[in-house]
Amino acid sequence: IYHLEHRRDHVNGIIFFFSLSKKCDLHKLEEGPPVQAVLTREEGLQYYRTMQIMRRMELKADQLYKQKIIRGFCHLYDGQEACAVGIEAGINLTDHLITAYRAHGYTLTRGGTVREIMAELTGRRGGIAKGKGGSMHMYAKNFYGGNGIVGAQVPLGAGVALACKYQGKNELCVCLYGDGAANQGQIFETYNMASLWKLPCIFICENNRYGMGTSVERAAASTDYYKRGDFIPGLRVDGMDILCVREATKFAADHCRSGKGPIIMELQTYRYHGHSMSDPGISYRTREEIQEVRSKSDPISMLKDRMLNNNMASVEELKEIDVEVRKEIEDAAQFATTDPEPPLEDLCNHIFHNEPPLEVRGTNPWVKLKSVS
Amino acid sequence: MSSLFSSLKMMTKGAMRCVLITNHLKFFETIGNFQLLQVTVRDALNQAMDEELERDERVFLLGEEVAQYDGAYKVSRGLWKKYGDKRIIDTPISEMGFAGIAVGAAMAGLRPICEFMTFNFSMQAIDQVINSAAKTCYMSAGLQAVPIVFRGPNGASAGVAAQHSQCFAAWYGHCPGLKVVSPWNSEDARGLLKSAIRDDNPVVVLENELMYGVAFEVSEQGLSKDFTIPIGKAKVERPGNHVTLVSHSRMVGHCLDAAAVLAKEGIECEVINLRTIRPLDVETIEASVVKTNHLITVEGGWPQFGVGAEICARIMEGPAFNYLDAPVIRVTGVDIPMPYAKILEDNSTPQIKDIIFSVKKTLNM
Repeated sequence: IYHLEHRRDHVNGIIFFFSLSKKCDLHKLEEGPPVQAVLTREEGLQYYRTMQIMRRMELKADQLYKQKIIRGFCHLYDGQEACAVGIEAGINLTDHLITAYRAHGYTLTRGGTVREIMAELTGRRGGIAKGKGGSMHMYAKNFYGGNGIVGAQVPLGAGVALACKYQGKNELCVCLYGDGAANQGQIFETYNMASLWKLPCIFICENNRYGMGTSVERAAASTDYYKRGDFIPGLRVDGMDILCVREATKFAADHCRSGKGPIIMELQTYRYHGHSMSDPGISYRTREEIQEVRSKSDPISMLKDRMLNNNMASVEELKEIDVEVRKEIEDAAQFATTDPEPPLEDLCNHIFHNEPPLEVRGTNPWVKLKSVS
Repeated sequence: MSSLFSSLKMMTKGAMRCVLITNHLKFFETIGNFQLLQVTVRDALNQAMDEELERDERVFLLGEEVAQYDGAYKVSRGLWKKYGDKRIIDTPISEMGFAGIAVGAAMAGLRPICEFMTFNFSMQAIDQVINSAAKTCYMSAGLQAVPIVFRGPNGASAGVAAQHSQCFAAWYGHCPGLKVVSPWNSEDARGLLKSAIRDDNPVVVLENELMYGVAFEVSEQGLSKDFTIPIGKAKVERPGNHVTLVSHSRMVGHCLDAAAVLAKEGIECEVINLRTIRPLDVETIEASVVKTNHLITVEGGWPQFGVGAEICARIMEGPAFNYLDAPVIRVTGVDIPMPYAKILEDNSTPQIKDIIFSVKKTLNM
């Protein structure tokens, strides 16, 4: 990946044209995203910062989990940062997004703060869902979680897209699922309806090669996930290169907004951690494989090298960002470990929306609890 | 108004529910206005949806055959013609998919009515109803509301055998985050469906196919566009002093029939129409038990872990227990998958004689 040229833009400062190393594989598409991407210095720094925050946040969660301050399920996203950040760069905050349980990164890009994400993981009242949801159930504006049932989020996402079309606001819905979920029947039901009704839905398969402990070859008769939509056009994208992801997302968004209906993107990516914190992640793959990806395709390193090699930023500048990020994460972790747990009075709240207070049975007939919405 | 008149029924003397459907509009226009109209449950549901579709443009209906076929049981007759493809959507046979799509649409600001052709097919989609719809408001600490209605026929029909006859009142009634209603007559159907559509939370509306064609008198108030029945309130259909019969859906009619027979022998039954399964209106039942000292629950569903079982438990845990002169009796469907042959099917759900027998047993007669 080398830059072709740069020129001075009076608005953005110096902008850089990069040619993208990998052309996308296409399915039922005449042409794909452009092979050239424009990156401004400001964009580069912003993507770098966001990806670093995401990386550090997940690593901090790993730490806290091992200290038993985070409990239950914890599915970490480190290695896949280019997907979340690249996708968000290709859409607007007024668009919609839904994903499965590996959701911390998306909660961040959709507007959640590190503090409220971490406090949700530690189950405190300052958490983004007040401690009621946990790792898999975080929500933000136009972000519908965080969903624990594999594949269930895909029809939900198409429903959000239906609402977008119904309300005529030229918004779309990005609907994410993994290589494991890609074999769920309800996804094929959704492909059918989204295509029939031309819903503005970008289906994105984050293929990180393993569905829990099962490699793609052992789970899917066809591992060309971008083709699995059959009648839906698809493209396969290098998910470790943030510019590839961004350009593909923009391309897909244009497709949807022009009324052509849904489109599928397969992002080839990788997770450094196991499936969840209870999976060491080395019984079904080798340490060498993990190490190879880390050294050759790490999304943050790739962006960093690109920027340094082309004098888009200095080593000191990036180091300064690293220091700021570290501080932000420490601050958030501090909050997440000291914020009190939700009050017991909150136990039964928010069962319903917009509802007068109601009584809820406790663990025995004499315990009558109160629920407000 | 034409649908209103087309549901006008002739009522012969003495018959409780005589159903004579005529479609001759001209005949009805000449009759003029009535203060009490005969409306079938089907038309009540149809009118309710029509009025709510008109009132709020975020409301829409989706399901199998709801549009161009006019509804598998004709409940959505005329709606597609009036509102078009955008608001009345025919889906492929993909319950899990379209239920999920409906829930997603609700999350993003619309107010879908998701029809299951029967609730037996909702089992395919039950994950979306429970995990995506019911639990989301709680999991998100109130950030994400899900204003959706799931509706369709529930329970036994006639001759449709085991896979098409299950009652889901207990299954859905089990889950926090859901409201579950079970209308019996036309007024129930109108009022509860309208309340369900206006509710900002997931509501399961358990209709009954055998009741669709049955006509009931509906008052002028009941026909008004803003007529709603509060979810969570039962209704005393018939007051009485000797025994309380609690029921929901079609069995309410059976209880009233049994009460009529028993009245001739001097036994006055108080018949309570639950209207809502969840939240259960225990107070109304308790007030009745305090008066009558005897309680019988009547349902079409299976006995184990059913609606009657829950009522028994609640009565025992509450103040009414001390007023019981006998244990609570449950009259339920037989604990078997529904058979096909008519004689077997007839003997698989409570008959009026079963209710009468149970009343006399509990009153030691």
